[in-house]
Amino acid sequence: MNMEGMEQQQEEEKAMLHDIAAMLREFEKDRGKLIPILQIIQGKHRYLAPKALKMVAQHLDISSCEVYGVATFYNQFRFTPPGKHEIKVCLGTACHVKGGGIILENFERKLEINAGETTPDREFSIERVACVGCCALAPVAIIGETVYGHMAPSKVEGLIMGFEIEREKEKREKEKIEQTQ
Amino acid sequence: MNKHNKKSAEDNYTILRHDVERRLTEFKNEDQAHIYIGMATCGLASGAMDVKTAFEEGLKEYGVNADIVPVGCVGHCYAEPLVIVAKPGFPPILYNEVTPGKAKLLTRAFLGGEDPLFEYMLGAMEENDMVPWVMEFPRFNHEKKVIMGQSGLIDPHDIKQYIEKGGYEALSKALGSEPEKNLSEVLESGLRGRGGAGFLTGRKWQFVHDADGENKTVICNADEGDPGAYMDRTILESNPHQVIEGMAIAAYTVGANRAIFYIRAEYPLAVKIITQAIEQAKELGLLGKGILGTDFDLEIDVFQGSGAFVCGEETALIQSIQGSRGMPQLRPPYPAQKGLWNQPTLINNVKTMASIPPIIMNGAEWYRKIGTDNSPGTAIFSVVGNIVHAGLVEIPTGVTLRSLIFDICGGIPEQKKFKAVQIGGPSGGCLPEEFLDTPIDFDSLTQAGAMMGSGGMVVMDENSCMVDVAKFFLDFTQKESCGKCTFCRIGTKHLLDILDRITRGEGREGDIDLLESLSMDIKNGSLCGLGKTAPNPVLTTIRYFRDEYEAHIKEKRCPAMMCRELIAYYIDLDKCARGCDACVGSCPTDAIFTTSNRKKGIDQTLCVKCGECVSACPPEYDAVRKVSPPNLAPIIERPKEDKND
Repeated sequence: MNMEGMEQQQEEEKAMLHDIAAMLREFEKDRGKLIPILQIIQGKHRYLAPKALKMVAQHLDISSCEVYGVATFYNQFRFTPPGKHEIKVCLGTACHVKGGGIILENFERKLEINAGETTPDREFSIERVACVGCCALAPVAIIGETVYGHMAPSKVEGLIMGFEIEREKEKREKEKIEQTQ
Repeated sequence: MNKHNKKSAEDNYTILRHDVERRLTEFKNEDQAHIYIGMATCGLASGAMDVKTAFEEGLKEYGVNADIVPVGCVGHCYAEPLVIVAKPGFPPILYNEVTPGKAKLLTRAFLGGEDPLFEYMLGAMEENDMVPWVMEFPRFNHEKKVIMGQSGLIDPHDIKQYIEKGGYEALSKALGSEPEKNLSEVLESGLRGRGGAGFLTGRKWQFVHDADGENKTVICNADEGDPGAYMDRTILESNPHQVIEGMAIAAYTVGANRAIFYIRAEYPLAVKIITQAIEQAKELGLLGKGILGTDFDLEIDVFQGSGAFVCGEETALIQSIQGSRGMPQLRPPYPAQKGLWNQPTLINNVKTMASIPPIIMNGAEWYRKIGTDNSPGTAIFSVVGNIVHAGLVEIPTGVTLRSLIFDICGGIPEQKKFKAVQIGGPSGGCLPEEFLDTPIDFDSLTQAGAMMGSGGMVVMDENSCMVDVAKFFLDFTQKESCGKCTFCRIGTKHLLDILDRITRGEGREGDIDLLESLSMDIKNGSLCGLGKTAPNPVLTTIRYFRDEYEAHIKEKRCPAMMCRELIAYYIDLDKCARGCDACVGSCPTDAIFTTSNRKKGIDQTLCVKCGECVSACPPEYDAVRKVSPPNLAPIIERPKEDKND
């Protein structure tokens, strides 16, 4: 990653922590509110940064290992930033029977990351989920908000290529604007 | 308090209902058509949003007046997106698999004209002499809807529609009687907890009712975690008020003033709809302080579960509300005595809560007449897998598995053979064909080695490998084990490792015995239901499909040809067409090469066995073969020059 990208990410983290500190002030020091607090932080910033967990611990006056223990227990919480396109592959029973595992493998191979990881450029992340409740469409993958039913390995390639073309287009347009300026 | 000066709950309800009806008729135009679009998660996933947009555009384009009403789900997932069009002069008609194109066509031909487009409809929702009535089809008329009666027919965003259909009358009736009267009604109904274990609901209520405690709590458990069951979510998204009404009756009966909806955070739409429904009920005085003019108060909060399967277990669920890791606790004390914050707590499943209003309304006698003697009432199953009419089915208990799978759900697609049905999710078991005549109720299923469980039902055809299915469920429970009990934490891992070895063709003599004895140890050595039932899929598949395990271990062969390490694909050179390239592009790993006589071969070292080439090969050639064990595939060398380019 280039220096510029890193600096930008650091700036983003700083702004996020600042925002979390403000959010925490709204909550009383109630141990029972731990999970809702974590949910709200993740809901807004999409993941729980290590520093954010420490801030929650300080606010609730409990040890950070306790916060970490609770947060890691539940599937909902993630500790690395997700990609711009969040890919969720359903591995519920119906999708499994119809080959959901093969779909997941294809995403992993194509993007060269494992489930639960994000690509270095933060464009894509892959997650496995258990039953999204549209078993009649199995196997299913969800990217962002869109559900893709009746998935096939060849569709995986097409989907990712679609996103990459879009990205390239955006990039070129940006360059064009910069050139004209 | 002097009760004589106050109106009774029933009187207040009658006033409320008249008011609602008046408000509804004010806006209702009898000459106007209504379009009801199923917009629960399943409908949205199949494209209901685009259908809605298409209807809106169509109405504008053709200058037609009609109301679009978003409704929940009727359970017919195979036919989504579903739309009901109610046009004056016609019976309400149900259309299946509606696309934006069909929506436009319907707007023009039916709403704008007089042609109801017979070719696109499933049937009419009422008996009439124009269009076949849906109740004439087995997928409809075998069902008995107690819990999902209004699902998919009313707008879940509008409490008025529920009240118009008689909603909250049961609550007013319950509030008008002594709690003990309601308690005995629920006891006598014989209702058993629909969360899976089948404990008598009335008895549970009795314990909480009798327990001493200032701050009793009622919790509705909507932490549906079984990978393959989604009926709770559908109920919450389609008819939230029936569940809320059930909770209010439960709270009044056991003497609680506080209730919590524990919903999975993975169900954002359900959370949104329930939160909105609670607000609406409060506004009408059906929740909050002094409900329906009585001195009964009830506050309902929503708690979002963070996704841990073990939190379906009562004690773990309580731990998670208290902000801790969701680990089960030793019982007794039961939550009925010492639950949330050490106060008596009643926890019931969504389906149990939703069964309460009809029981209070129609009486215990009525409920007992539905289904079998020992498990009265209805059961909801999400029937998925290799089945024609997948979806949610609500049937009276006692219907046989055969009737459910073949009569109601249309059997196995593509004329394949039925092999097994997995009931009860990760805690349940696999039943083979011999058990198809088992009636569906708590006791019969448990006896056969499966269980009602969460109501997930996966139908499997001849191409499903039983060892793989056992591995799938165990992989799930192993990941979800909270880690408290050693046998559950480490034992399931070892079970999984052995199964994994077997499916990779590295099974050893004695593995089956080891699986069995380890399974028994895990069952005995675990505290909660997760560990006690985790080995069930393994035990039942060994019991009924031992030969498949043996084929994997001894012959290194997967009879269903599903375990990828034990199969190989190859191209039959006698059938492959010279010069055809259909399969090449389908292969995600470029494993397919051209042989010296311009036919195709598969490089076994690159093949990931996804089966894409099978579907890509034109049916007139049908040249791709699948074999197990893999050494049956003939070796076709990649030509040298091909490697170099």
